[in-house]
Amino acid sequence: MAIDSEVLVVGGGLAGITAAVSAAREGADVRLVSHKASTLRQASGLIDALGYVPPTEPAEQLREGPPTAGRQLDRDEWPDPEGPLADPFGAVDRLPDDHPYRVVGADALREGLALFDDLVGDAYRGAHTDTNALVPTFGGTVKPTARYPVSSAAGLASDDRPMFVVGFRSLTEYDARAVAGRLEAAGVPFLVAGAEVEFAEAFRSDAKVTRTAKALDHDEPIDGTPAREALAAAVEPHLADARAELGGEVGRVGFPAFVGDDRAAEVRAELSDRLGADVFEIPMGPPSLPGLRLEDRLYDALDAAGVRFETGNPVVGVETAADGRMETVAVDRNGREVPYGADAFVLAAGGLVGKGIDSDRGGVREPSFGLHVPHPDDRYDWFVDDAFGDQPYARFGVRPDGRGRPLDAEGEVEYDNVFAAGGVVGGADVAREKSASGVSLATGLVAGRNAATEVHG
Amino acid sequence: MTRHTGNDDGNGDAEHTDQGDPSGSSPAESEPGVPRVGRDDRPAIFVPDDTAEDDPAERPVTDESAETATDGGVDSATGGTGSTELDPETYDPVDVFPGGDLDLRDGADSCYKCTSCDTSCPVAEVDDEFPGPKFQGPEQWRLKRKDDHDIDESITSCSNCMRCDDACPSSVPLSQMHNEARGQFVEEQMEKLSVEYLRNRLLANYRTSARLASMVPRVSTFAMNFGPARWAMDKLFGIPKERDFPEFATQTFREWWRERGGARVENPDKRVAYFHGCYSNYNTPEVGKAMVRVYEHFGYEVMVPPQKCSGTPMFANGMLKDARRHAETNVENLVAAIGDGADVIASCTSCSMSLRQEYPELFDIHGIEDVSEHTFEALEYLRIHEDPEGELVEHGEGDGQSFAYHAPCHARNQGLARQAIETFRDVDGVAMEDVGDSCSGISGTYGWKSEKYEKSMAIGEEMFEHMEDAEGDVGMTECPTCAMQMEHGTGYEVRHPLQLLENTLVA
Repeated sequence: MAIDSEVLVVGGGLAGITAAVSAAREGADVRLVSHKASTLRQASGLIDALGYVPPTEPAEQLREGPPTAGRQLDRDEWPDPEGPLADPFGAVDRLPDDHPYRVVGADALREGLALFDDLVGDAYRGAHTDTNALVPTFGGTVKPTARYPVSSAAGLASDDRPMFVVGFRSLTEYDARAVAGRLEAAGVPFLVAGAEVEFAEAFRSDAKVTRTAKALDHDEPIDGTPAREALAAAVEPHLADARAELGGEVGRVGFPAFVGDDRAAEVRAELSDRLGADVFEIPMGPPSLPGLRLEDRLYDALDAAGVRFETGNPVVGVETAADGRMETVAVDRNGREVPYGADAFVLAAGGLVGKGIDSDRGGVREPSFGLHVPHPDDRYDWFVDDAFGDQPYARFGVRPDGRGRPLDAEGEVEYDNVFAAGGVVGGADVAREKSASGVSLATGLVAGRNAATEVHG
Repeated sequence: MTRHTGNDDGNGDAEHTDQGDPSGSSPAESEPGVPRVGRDDRPAIFVPDDTAEDDPAERPVTDESAETATDGGVDSATGGTGSTELDPETYDPVDVFPGGDLDLRDGADSCYKCTSCDTSCPVAEVDDEFPGPKFQGPEQWRLKRKDDHDIDESITSCSNCMRCDDACPSSVPLSQMHNEARGQFVEEQMEKLSVEYLRNRLLANYRTSARLASMVPRVSTFAMNFGPARWAMDKLFGIPKERDFPEFATQTFREWWRERGGARVENPDKRVAYFHGCYSNYNTPEVGKAMVRVYEHFGYEVMVPPQKCSGTPMFANGMLKDARRHAETNVENLVAAIGDGADVIASCTSCSMSLRQEYPELFDIHGIEDVSEHTFEALEYLRIHEDPEGELVEHGEGDGQSFAYHAPCHARNQGLARQAIETFRDVDGVAMEDVGDSCSGISGTYGWKSEKYEKSMAIGEEMFEHMEDAEGDVGMTECPTCAMQMEHGTGYEVRHPLQLLENTLVA
């Protein structure tokens, strides 16, 4: 006996959630299954749409012969990417024809972002304009992004107030002075200084960032002083130095993004109050508290939409299909395969990094449903020498039609009732374009909505 | 009729010398230097020393790539061969670590340091002395490839909640690595006469003490919670005086089963073997009775084979030899039941976790894979094979009680964190609220140690708060120790979903 629902979504990231909610809003009974805890917790929490249009042709003819993984001295020449873009929507037409935005349309991106805005409510900013915001990151770069968490709002690079960046000495992947220096080098229109403070020394040097977040959330006493007060006290002398250095008022103070978890807003408000400046978070790589907070909020939204969801077991294949339609897929529950049936399926299991696309020396596969992934036979054609160049592998994935249905090797729809969304969809180089979230939202919306139309009464 | 209702102790103490197949990790697929295998495809690691040392020479010669599976030449408590000999003919420079069939290297190599495991670790969140699962797993595994590295003592602070397994996007077998390291630490580095070792051994072997206590349940319940005695246990033995010992039932589940005359439904086509575990037997037989009545309601013939502890508290305390001894009895009897056409059903999510995942990961016992593949949690199985939701919507009727439901960490890893909420969502007269995805903090025996008590309560704080905020004033969970913690933190009575299913459907 199969576990049935009208729509089955495979994958628990941004694309899967978007597809599930879209289908549920069309009236479908939706179940979402995810192999592992959502990878949103590894994401920065920024929602990008399109930050750059990278070149797809090298500046001069590439060297003959197979790539050498950078071992040749004569480097390939590539033009600079176009960007950072102010208007992501206007640039969609300049992307390659087979880019997911071109396939599902710029309107899908717009609607996907609108759905996101609705799901996260006042936790995010940026919906008031089509223009990208410029958010400083922990590498000291400035990222063009369509939506950003409210915790990052005071940090925008378009704001001309002087900025002070706080770092913790024990946090090796983040150096406040380097962040400030790189922002300055990037030509930001404000004065910026950074310093490392001693606060986190209260903990062991390799304590996890969640430990700090939890201590601030609960305002735990640290050597007798409540954590928030202690942090403010640790920052104050450095902030005074920064005021002297920058010659005047410093209106905003940036922290690495783990000031609080569930009560982050409360923590920021108290720190702002104590420091006399707006406090904001600078998004980090994993572990990412903004990512965790987004995950919590989106799963609440999923629950509110009536979607059933389960995490912990992988989909390992198609169990039955007939007349060009998929009927059941197999979910591996600790060694026993259990069939899950649905009228329509959405595959949103991620790309190469998320393991929704798999590869070995022999080829590139989509392991959940076994869908066709176009790729060159010779694996030396999967990459080019320039690590930051137009890497073919970055665009590997299933190729859908305009309704989101993956195509087979002949370009025909593989199953009438199977749709794909997010990283598993090929054609985008999301890391260079800064488009991962937008692709998930646009394709998720289209896949979810069209999956709902396949539901038989 | 009765079936498999024999002596509790079964006959599982028989010597087991089965070594398993050392090439069982499908070595043909392993390409040196190209890690591919996550936890989904890996060998069991634990072979007791006494059998492991018997016959290395007689070990069947397998193809060479099996020998690329490595244990790094370390004499491990969990049974490496320790060979450092290399055959120059088959030497491949990629194979840095020679010899042995206990290979976790593929798993270690699958780790790309994303720290998702650290972020999900409830202990690291409250204890900055704890370096987190990424260190305890892949990093420590690499460190101990060299002889002069001891296992770091912090491994004993891991509560074995296994949330890191669920968080890892690369299927790194974190809990398997933790279990191995903990076993090695306890075996080789822990003072066997220390109070801590004895206390942990006692906690791990709850079944033994519970069996004795159950012979005089009222006296035991009183004596275990007698103030001065608790003070002394705390001071001398490190068992926190703040906690109340669970009450012992005046009639164990097995006694009830025997008195009842065993199963009342015979059905060769629908059979299940009930793995009740220790707690449902000695402390909450009402959960076991609910399981029997609910399954009989759905037309199943219930078997209750002889069984011992699932091993969960033993893994968490590094007592792998104890766990293996119990596993031999369990596997033997459960395999027999599977032979009679039964699937194995557990009402405790840690028991089902253990039989499904930890058993095949840690032990090579004949039939252990069959047990793993045939084991399910009670509600999970009904949801696969019957339609409890449909029946509940049609016939189910609650008494208006609202429940604050907590999903145990071990349920989470089996994909079961939402099953109770979904099953009862549309039932008249039942309201159930999920109190969130935090860990209860007790993690079996972890919260039963004085030095861990405060951390355990700090981890549980989020759950307590959410329970207080929830409408219901009765708790619900599948895990007996989570239930203890829920009760301890809020004073709520706590029930098992099977009891609610019994009340709404069968009664």
